[in-house]
Amino acid sequence: MSPDPAEATHTDQGGARRRLSHARVLDVDPLLDDPEVRIVVCCGSGGVGKTTTAAALGLRAAERGRKVVVLTIDPARRLAQSMGIDSLDNVPRRVKGIDDAAGGELHAMMLDMKRTFDEIVEGHADRERADAILNNPFYQSLSAGFAGTQEYMAMEKLGQLRARDEWDLIVVDTPPSRSALDFLDAPKRLGSFLDGKLIRVLLAPAKVGGRAGMKFLNVGMSMMTGALGKLLGGQLLKDVQTFVAAMDSMFGGFRTRADATYKLLQAPGTAFLVVAAPERDALREAAYFVERLAAEKMPLVGLVLNRVHGSGADRLSADRALGAAENLEERGIVDQEDGKAGLRNSPDTHGSSTSSTDPAAPVTSAPDGGSPAATENEESTARADRADLDKERSVDRLTTGLLRLHAERMQLLSREQRTRGRFIARHPEVAVVEVAALPGDVHDLEGLRNIGDRLAAHRAELPEPDAEA
Amino acid sequence: MSRLQVVSGKGGTGKTTVAAALALALATEGKRTLLVEVEGRQGIAQLFETDALPYEERKIAVASGGGEVYALAIDPELALLDYLQMFYKLGSAGRALKKLGAIDFATTVAPGLRDVLLTGKACEAVRRKDRAGRFVYDYVVMDAPPTGRITRFLNVNDEVAGLAKIGPIHNQAQAVMRVLKSPETEVHLVSLLEEMPVQETADGIAELRTAGLPVGRVIVNMVRPQVLDAADLELLRTVPRTAVAKSLSAAGLGGARRGGHAEKLVDPLLAQAEEYAERYELEHEQRAVLTDLGLPLHELPLLAEGMDLAGLYELATELRKQGMS
Repeated sequence: MSPDPAEATHTDQGGARRRLSHARVLDVDPLLDDPEVRIVVCCGSGGVGKTTTAAALGLRAAERGRKVVVLTIDPARRLAQSMGIDSLDNVPRRVKGIDDAAGGELHAMMLDMKRTFDEIVEGHADRERADAILNNPFYQSLSAGFAGTQEYMAMEKLGQLRARDEWDLIVVDTPPSRSALDFLDAPKRLGSFLDGKLIRVLLAPAKVGGRAGMKFLNVGMSMMTGALGKLLGGQLLKDVQTFVAAMDSMFGGFRTRADATYKLLQAPGTAFLVVAAPERDALREAAYFVERLAAEKMPLVGLVLNRVHGSGADRLSADRALGAAENLEERGIVDQEDGKAGLRNSPDTHGSSTSSTDPAAPVTSAPDGGSPAATENEESTARADRADLDKERSVDRLTTGLLRLHAERMQLLSREQRTRGRFIARHPEVAVVEVAALPGDVHDLEGLRNIGDRLAAHRAELPEPDAEA
Repeated sequence: MSRLQVVSGKGGTGKTTVAAALALALATEGKRTLLVEVEGRQGIAQLFETDALPYEERKIAVASGGGEVYALAIDPELALLDYLQMFYKLGSAGRALKKLGAIDFATTVAPGLRDVLLTGKACEAVRRKDRAGRFVYDYVVMDAPPTGRITRFLNVNDEVAGLAKIGPIHNQAQAVMRVLKSPETEVHLVSLLEEMPVQETADGIAELRTAGLPVGRVIVNMVRPQVLDAADLELLRTVPRTAVAKSLSAAGLGGARRGGHAEKLVDPLLAQAEEYAERYELEHEQRAVLTDLGLPLHELPLLAEGMDLAGLYELATELRKQGMS
């Protein structure tokens, strides 16, 4: 049994952080450094930055000295983009430009479903049989087209990579499945299909030719094949039957490997990370993942919460910021009405009158550039005043914008806080690491490295509700 | 306006929300729409704040002017039995197939067949007429799989028709493709003003076009309000910190001197504005990319209070205002 790195972090953190953050904090570095950890699986709903997280973790682990391969299953070539690789095919490619001072390596590959399927067929059937399968129209559709084969092939590829034992860490990005854990269900479904009667029905007619007696094929079964034939059309049924018959010898192997991969996922060397964004839907999916993983006895190490918003001025509430913005806007209106007279006393009087809304922080400073003194040349003074006034107004306008922007940020922040709070209340046992939102997208290794740093910084982006009290 | 409205989009862009808002928007003036969910996530029930939807068409909302929105969460297994019953009168044989595991096979092991059922069911609803010969639903809105899978999803019947060269499945598959490739159908893509969703939208449109599927509109979701304009952003680069501090102080936020409350706010507020400026620039670029796609472009605002039922009606009104219904 490997120690649970998240558990270790938990106790190392000390009381202060835990009082601040109700959630346990997930520390990714001990996880990435632990030689016992051989597989990291990133799962989560679509659009939460799963692929990016997987790539960033892979890069960080490699730069910390491990020999890593990142397996991505997403058909959009996003990982390729961020790793500067033009084409990711079914073969792991070495990623250039990483810091290898610690002796690590980074490889990346994108799953090619059809290739993976073809390779299995080629590897497990003799030449003639393999050709028969590869040329079967039903097989061609199944291997290339139908969604869902992805999940089986992802499992298969993971098993292969692990079996090669060339890497000491495999980071897997899971398919953006319709239902979250399709890839976990894949082996079971395959199993129940292979054990099912359907296979026998489909195999029966194909075997008939080769067998003398067909007494075991009872009337019920022939009725079934009749129904299937009616449904599918005789020719498709024949294609399916030929396919199943040809694959028959391989099914055992399929099943054994799928079971083995499933067990591998449950083993202590595997760490599951659930990836989410602080949004209702994404966290609902995340909660579902957490529950499913527990039910399947898969080792969950924590939740990566991407795109969390923070603020350096989180003590200024949205309401106060909006109130202050209104004060500034009012000032602008008064200035316009009073003209120059308004300017003469505006900074002081408005400053002190509006400060009454905020007794805790009274205005203590008199603005440096106070009212202009009376001068001999009234005209030029008036012109200078107007210029000053314009400048001041546009700064006020900008400041109003800054305050509104801040209010928006604080509203977002408290919404994220509530959403996260609900998740933590439901799953207090799950360690969480938060990654601050970036204004732009990740394009290159530098961007991934930056995300890796954020992942490892284990600081709470969101202030806790009680932190201000 | 085509009668089958398919809504796709990258994960996380809010395609379910947009599909629901569109169903509401189309259900005006006594019109009846059917909102179809195919991914089994019960996202529609959550949006409309109702219990999980069973596999049956039920009314979930009333739109302004007496329109009605019905919803249907398609369960592939029940849809298959339904389908067998309806087209092949295979009721009892269907049950026998279920015992054999054929239904499991069709709906889970070979998910391509699941897609056949899902698209088939939606097309059936599009074509269904009442006794008087009127269409039962004026519009069918489908909350479809994400952009990366949409073309294959819609085209699955082509593949099936190629595999099953004769027989009822062949005929059914062809009938579905006739609806999907006709002007009766429009496929809309939901995007965000971010690089990856925009790239996926462009790729998705190209794929749909290659497959001969009718592309509709691009809907940009969760567009953030403009808080700072170009003049503000210009000033942001040159403005002295002290001027901002003074302005904050004048707004009633404390002292402008070094260490004063207002002064301490300057750096974090300017940092937030820098982030805004960077995002503003990116959004500008992405909007230009989307405009270049040459499709009608709609924008829906980000709802500050988060998504709820009231917000859904707000988005529906917005879509109506923008002429999407």
